[in-house]
Amino acid sequence: MWANIDLLIQVPKLAAGLFLEGLLIGAVFSLIAYGLALVWGVMNVKNLAQGPFVIAGGYICWYLSTLGLHPVLGMFAAAVVMWGLSWICFKLVVSKVLELDMFVSLLATFGLAYVLEQSLSLAFTQDTQTINLGWGSLDVFGDGLVLLAWQKVMAFAICCVLAVVLVLFMKRSRMGQAIRATAQNARAARVMGIDTDKVYSFTFCLNGAICGAAGALVAMIWVIQPFYGITYSIRAFVLVVAAGLGNLPGVILAGLGMGGLEQFGGFIIGAEYQQALVVGMLLAVLVVRLLQQSRKRQAVA
Amino acid sequence: MKWLVYIAFIAISLAAPLVFPAYTQQFSALWVLIILAMTWDMQGGQMGYNSLGNIFFFGFGMYVSAVVQVSIAHDIGEYTYAGGINVFQFTDGQYFTGLVLGVAAAGILCALLAFPLGWILFGLRGPYFAIGTLGVAIAAGEMVGTWEWVGAGQGISMPPFPGNPDTAKFVLYIMNMITGMVCFAVIAWLYSTRFGLALNAIRDDEQKAEGMGLQTLWIKRVCWAVAAFFVGICGAIYGNTVGFIEPLEVAFQTIYLGIFMVVAVLLGGKGTLWGPVVGAIVFHTLKEVTWTHFLGWQWVALGVLIVVIVVYFQEGIMGWLQRQRPEWFGIRVESREPEAEAAT
Repeated sequence: MWANIDLLIQVPKLAAGLFLEGLLIGAVFSLIAYGLALVWGVMNVKNLAQGPFVIAGGYICWYLSTLGLHPVLGMFAAAVVMWGLSWICFKLVVSKVLELDMFVSLLATFGLAYVLEQSLSLAFTQDTQTINLGWGSLDVFGDGLVLLAWQKVMAFAICCVLAVVLVLFMKRSRMGQAIRATAQNARAARVMGIDTDKVYSFTFCLNGAICGAAGALVAMIWVIQPFYGITYSIRAFVLVVAAGLGNLPGVILAGLGMGGLEQFGGFIIGAEYQQALVVGMLLAVLVVRLLQQSRKRQAVA
Repeated sequence: MKWLVYIAFIAISLAAPLVFPAYTQQFSALWVLIILAMTWDMQGGQMGYNSLGNIFFFGFGMYVSAVVQVSIAHDIGEYTYAGGINVFQFTDGQYFTGLVLGVAAAGILCALLAFPLGWILFGLRGPYFAIGTLGVAIAAGEMVGTWEWVGAGQGISMPPFPGNPDTAKFVLYIMNMITGMVCFAVIAWLYSTRFGLALNAIRDDEQKAEGMGLQTLWIKRVCWAVAAFFVGICGAIYGNTVGFIEPLEVAFQTIYLGIFMVVAVLLGGKGTLWGPVVGAIVFHTLKEVTWTHFLGWQWVALGVLIVVIVVYFQEGIMGWLQRQRPEWFGIRVESREPEAEAAT
């Protein structure tokens, strides 16, 4: 462990490479977390099925690529399919728990996650899969020390494009405005003539589509496996809690930071601790929030 | 009447493994689920803190008892390194002292651990608490999975029972049964005291409860410690029943027992004394009976069952009975027992 830290200090280019890699991966995390924050902010549902949605999107893209469809087109296909799947999930499950206790929605989405994971593992076995485009790597410093796969660079670019599209959609379009109005105050939005039920269903489907696209990117830059979903749920949750709801720049920054942190952590203490590292971040974020809140409570008293 | 029901319950529990010896391990598993459901309901139903990570104490207790049971005779590091029971032997005396000490240590250490953990987690409210506890359970599984001393991902084989395997199953069943009954008695007694009222006060409005002078943090931690005590013991016995423990699938099985206990409580009826017991029995029976008919789809079916119970059947069996037959439910909690028996 100390030897690894020493190595990073001796060879700063290596550290820079890890940092760049972290940024590229972190962009995907931000995208997933943005979807979670959207659903959370608009309809107050903490979607524990977020990770399995991502993995399902990855599998759709991977399956289509084995049939010969180009993965970038497969990404759009995955987004469309996940849109439909989320619509079914919304109609059957999520719409029924909207008005209820928060824990019920948590459990219901946990059940959804369970069904999705198990179905995926039945359909595609438990082997890890990845999509290889065979594009080679980008040699960052020209000396072969730090190689970045072009796939990852492309995934980062796609993430940026998607983020811009999403932000413009939220700001400019009628539906985006309706979503923001509902998030601010659902009752007032209803009074103003917004069909909030439609907004809810649209938001959940939009989140599904985001997850589908993000999943396709994950399949391209990393590996997918039916049971890797929960880690993505936790990552997204950490990001949203750390950044706060409705704080898009915060989510993006936190996502990039998390990508970097995971890369450095994985390099320093070993890749087998990666999941423990993610959960450790979750606990750290929750404890920090707790300390902040307790200070606030004292201030009120 | 009340005592008749209790005596009948004890008699049925005792007779079950004698009448159907082939199913002894199933009955043990049923007791495990009952204990987990009852202790979960104490915080989830009565105190309003819905935890998704009570399975942490299950796995922790299991590992504590494994370490104690092995260390009483051998060095645990060498034991796991050499592959456990294939190489090392246990005398009868070592086995039984180990079992008793291991189970006791599991319960006590879990209860003690609940205090510092509670200090961190009970500041979190609602869904944050649920996700935080889930995080603790997952993290624990991952940490133990990389810890060579306790066998890492390979797991530990527990010392074997000296003698007939059927006797072993029966002895462990009786241990489970006693734990379950003591747990029920303790919980029923707690609900009848001021402590039970304090739990309900925290569920209904924590700020007001604190305003009325209740030491809410202490009450929450004591409640969790009681739950952890029984869950730890239960995990220790379960480890011996299974015979081989492993961090992700057996000990910290977040997505199996960890979620089953919550579903069992919701099925039976949250915040009632008999609800978790009935729910656990119905859920376990449903799961085991339908298990073989799904040809590989059983896990998907189980997920669907979870969603259906959570979304469409929230009041639970007890809540449903209460609505259908209010005259069966007086103010006295005890009047529910005949239905509970009928449901078994």
